[in-house]
Amino acid sequence: MESWRRNPLVFWVTGLPPTAWLLLFFLVPLALVWVLSFAELRGVVEMEVTGTFANYVRALDPLYLQIFGKSFVFAGLTTLVSLVFGFPVALAIVFAPRRWRAVLLLLVILPFWTNLLIRTYALIAVLRTRGFVNFTLEWFWEKANAVLSLLGLGSFQLLGERFEPLELLYNNTAVVIGLVYVHLPFMVLPLYASLEKLDRSLIEAALDLGASQFRAFATVVVPLALPGIISGAILVFIPALGSFLTPDLLGGTDSQMIANVIERQFKSANDWPFGSALSFLLMYLTFGALALRALYTRRTAGQGRA
Amino acid sequence: MVDHTPRRATRRSFLAGTGAVAAGVTLLPKFGWAAEEKKLNFYNWDTYIGETTLDDFKKASGVEVTMDLFADNDELFAKLKEGNPGYDVIVPTNDYTERMIAANMLVPLDHAKIPNIKNIGKAFLNPAFDPGRKYSLPYMWGTVGIGYRKSRVDGVPDSWKWLYDSSKYAGKIALLGAPGTVLQVGCKYMGWPLNEKDPAKLEKVAELLIKQKPHIKVFAEDNGQDLLLSGEVDLTMEWNGDILQVMAEDPDISYVVPKEGGLLWEDTLAIPTGAPHPENAHAFINFLLGAETGAAIADFIQYATPNAAAKALMKPEYTGNPAIFPPDDVIERCETAIYQGPEYTQLVDRLWTRIGAA
Repeated sequence: MESWRRNPLVFWVTGLPPTAWLLLFFLVPLALVWVLSFAELRGVVEMEVTGTFANYVRALDPLYLQIFGKSFVFAGLTTLVSLVFGFPVALAIVFAPRRWRAVLLLLVILPFWTNLLIRTYALIAVLRTRGFVNFTLEWFWEKANAVLSLLGLGSFQLLGERFEPLELLYNNTAVVIGLVYVHLPFMVLPLYASLEKLDRSLIEAALDLGASQFRAFATVVVPLALPGIISGAILVFIPALGSFLTPDLLGGTDSQMIANVIERQFKSANDWPFGSALSFLLMYLTFGALALRALYTRRTAGQGRA
Repeated sequence: MVDHTPRRATRRSFLAGTGAVAAGVTLLPKFGWAAEEKKLNFYNWDTYIGETTLDDFKKASGVEVTMDLFADNDELFAKLKEGNPGYDVIVPTNDYTERMIAANMLVPLDHAKIPNIKNIGKAFLNPAFDPGRKYSLPYMWGTVGIGYRKSRVDGVPDSWKWLYDSSKYAGKIALLGAPGTVLQVGCKYMGWPLNEKDPAKLEKVAELLIKQKPHIKVFAEDNGQDLLLSGEVDLTMEWNGDILQVMAEDPDISYVVPKEGGLLWEDTLAIPTGAPHPENAHAFINFLLGAETGAAIADFIQYATPNAAAKALMKPEYTGNPAIFPPDDVIERCETAIYQGPEYTQLVDRLWTRIGAA
C-alpha cells in the first residue's frame, strides 16, 4: 500500500492533475455556492455576504420541507422500482452465456448515448394521449370490437362507445416512470458487478440442502448482493432526488420537486442566495445518505473480522 | 387560407429545457482604442432573424456577425449578470430590459447613430419601461392569449375564465409555466391591473389557481402549442407567435386575446455594458430597423413588427392577420409587464412554489 512512497514522481505526475481538476472545478465552485448561501440580496444583481442564516431559516419553512419530503418520496419510489426491475435484469446478465454478457451490458448503457432531453421527449411521444401506448391500446380495442361484432354483440357496445385513452402523461406516475427510465442503468451496473462475483456453488449448496428457489434467493443471493444493492440505491436515489428536467417535462401541476424550486431561484426568481441555501440543504441530506453507507460498510467489515 | 406559413421552428420551445448554448465569443477587444475590428457578437432568440439578414449586413458594412442563441430571458440575464462575456447586441423582453437598466447592464444608445429610429411606429417611442428609448429600441412585439382547438370548444373562448376559474374544460387546459406571467394574467382576470403588486391580491390569484389546479393538466414548459397540436389539451395560454405556427399546420386551431385583456410584450434591441464593439452594435441596430430589413425579418419570422416603414411594405396577409396584429380595442385592454424589484419577484416565486405544492 505504501509503494507510492518509493516512487514519488509517478505519484505526483499521475495524482496532481486530477487533484487540481477537482479542486478548481468542483471544490472552488462548491465553496462559492456555500458562501453565497450566507449572502443577502442588494438590488438586482448585487449580493452581499453577511453571514446571515436567513436563507436557511426560509428554507426550513414547512412549505419547502414539504417539497423536500415529496422529492424524497419520488426518489425513494424510483429507487425501489429500479431495484425491482434492475435485479432480475442484472441476474439475467450474470447467468447469460459469457459471450452475450458484453452485448447485454452494452444494451443497458446504450440509452446514455442519447441526450437526456431527447430521451425525455421520446418518452412524451410514447405516453401522451395520442402516443404509442394509447395507439396500441386503441388498436386492440378496435380489434376486440370487431370480434364482438362478428359474434353479433356489436350493438351492445360492451367496450364503451369510443376508445378512452389512458392519461399517462403529466402526472406523478409519469414522473416516476421517467425517473426510473433514466436511472435504471445506475442500478443494474453495480448489481451486476456484485452478482458477478457471487460464488454459484453457494446457491447450489442452498438448493441441495433443501431450500426452495425463493429461499435460496432471499437468504443467499440477496445478502451477498447487498453491497451492490446499496451502491445502486445510492447511485439512483441521489440523482433522482435532484432531478428537475423530468418533473418539468413529464409532470403535471402537482409534480414540483425541490430541484425545480432551486432552478427557479437561479433563473426567474433571481434569488441566488436562497437557491444556494436550498442546494446545500439537499447536499447535507445527500451526505447523510453517504454516511449511512459508510456506516454500513464499517459494520460489515467489523463483522468480517469478528 | 391565408399563407403565413412560418418557416421557423418555435422560438421558445425546444432548447428551453437544456440551457445549453454554444459559446463562441471573443472575450476582449484586442484594440479597444483603435478602429473597431469588423466583428459583432449578437445574442438572440432561436430563429428570430431573417434568413439572409446577417449576410446582408456583412455585405453592407463588412462586419461579420456571430450569433449565439438563448432560450429564455432568464438565461440571457443569468449569462450577463456576472459580467458581459463579449456580446454587442442582445434581445431582452421589455421587463427584462427594465431589470437590466436598473442593474446598469445596458449602455445608453446614441440616437444620432441610429437614424432609422424614424421608421418606428409612434406608439413604441416612449414606453414606460424605457422612457424616451434611452437604452433600447423595439424589435418585435406580441401578446399572450389563448390558443384553442375550435372543434372542441364552444364558440370563441374569449375569457380567461375558461383557464382560471371553470371546470368546463377540466383536464384539457394548459397554462404557461412562467410564474410571473400566470399570476399577472390572473390579476387581469380579477379585473386588477396586470402589474398589481399588492401581496393580498396576488395571494387571491394564487388561491384561485390552487382551486383551479385539479382542472389544469399542466403548466407547460413553453410547449403549449405542441400540446394543442397533439390533442393533449384543447385550450392553452401561449405566446401568439407559437400558436401562429401550429395554426399554419392545423386549421382547427385558433388564437384569441381574451376580453379582459392579456399581456403585451416587446422584445428590444439593446447594447449590454462592456460590449466590445459598440460602434458596430449601433450600426447593426440601425440596419435591423431599416424598412427593407425589417420587412424581410417580419416576413420570415411572422411576429408583429413595430417598424411602421417595414409594415407598410408587407402584404395584407400579414398586416391583416388578427393573431399577429390584434384589433386596436383588444390591444387597448392589454398591458405590458414592468419590472417591480426583487421583493415582488420573490413573492411571485413563493406563491408559485405554494401553488405547485398545494
